[in-house]
Amino acid sequence: MICLELLFGFLRIGLFSFGGAYAAIPLIREVVLSYGWLTEEKLSDMIAVSESTPGSIIVNMATYIGSAQAGVPGAVIATLAVVLPAFLIVILLTVLLKDLTKNSVFRFALGSMKACVVGVILATGVFMILTNCIGSVWGVSVDRATILMTAALGAVYFGSRKIVKNGISPILLICLAGAAGVFVYGR
Amino acid sequence: MGLLLDLFWSFVKIGLFTFGGGYAMIPLIERICVDRKEWISHDEMTDVTVIAESTPGPIAVNCATYVGLKKKGLPGAAAATLGVIFPSFCILLLISFFFDRFLEITWVASAFRGIRIAVGILIVDAAFRMLKKTPKKPASIGILLCAFAAMLLIDLFSLHISTIVLMLMAAAVGLIVCLVKWQTEKGAEK
Repeated sequence: MICLELLFGFLRIGLFSFGGAYAAIPLIREVVLSYGWLTEEKLSDMIAVSESTPGSIIVNMATYIGSAQAGVPGAVIATLAVVLPAFLIVILLTVLLKDLTKNSVFRFALGSMKACVVGVILATGVFMILTNCIGSVWGVSVDRATILMTAALGAVYFGSRKIVKNGISPILLICLAGAAGVFVYGR
Repeated sequence: MGLLLDLFWSFVKIGLFTFGGGYAMIPLIERICVDRKEWISHDEMTDVTVIAESTPGPIAVNCATYVGLKKKGLPGAAAATLGVIFPSFCILLLISFFFDRFLEITWVASAFRGIRIAVGILIVDAAFRMLKKTPKKPASIGILLCAFAAMLLIDLFSLHISTIVLMLMAAAVGLIVCLVKWQTEKGAEK
């Protein structure tokens, strides 16, 4: 039963995630929360772990969630399910529909879907930062330490680009945030 | 058989030595598949990126499937795809066995409270990067803003509306805009 849920949940993620891992996060979040596979906090933790381990972020998350829900068989099912749509569609595109990516109607539809995804990711990021800072949005409880940390880490991450060419890497930001977390919350 | 193994093994290396997901893998895929192994040409590599961008799923998988298919048909596609996901699978499987207990350690839990803040920042950053690449046309900007507002409302009120619905609506709007444009262009010609 859980294996079927994993299969359909991750097929859905694999089929509708355009434009890289971060574009898939709103959809992964939706699926994972609706099945109750992870809590909001645990999902955030897993995004950080998947970003800091090698390989595709989406595949990393699928393997972890599958394994946490149903052991090794769950990991195999979730991983293959998230990969299968991409695999089949690339084959279809290169063998049968070579010119589809140049078709203007297709490009229009794809372009609008991508614009939609950008809005969705932005909202997801803003919402995650908001819930970090004031707890659950409706039961407002202002967390001053977290607001300060968000401001400081944001300043370091975006500010570093003015000094070094590409700024600090996401992994370095995660390490810094972890160290700051131990210092700020670990008492 | 040799080529299949070579495909598998090369993509294992690509999966193992890149951090930060799909886009970070493209330079290494190019170095191995175009420069070193000469499996595909530079032009084809550009095609790969376009296809990876316009098809759903992990970008690394899109690229692996394409290169494998070009070199050795279906078995090649399977070998390359399994190769690129193999390191991820092993590493995360291992992590999943002890991650919960690892989080129970007090200082680790506090570290992850800090890390959650970083994740929020990374997601907003990813959105801004994609925003820069979005064409500055009224239709795109309109869709983007509507999607942003809709998603925020969905999150705030815990509505059960899937982002897939939002994406399909966006695609429909895109098609309508496309049709209207053609109609007006036709009208202008007459």
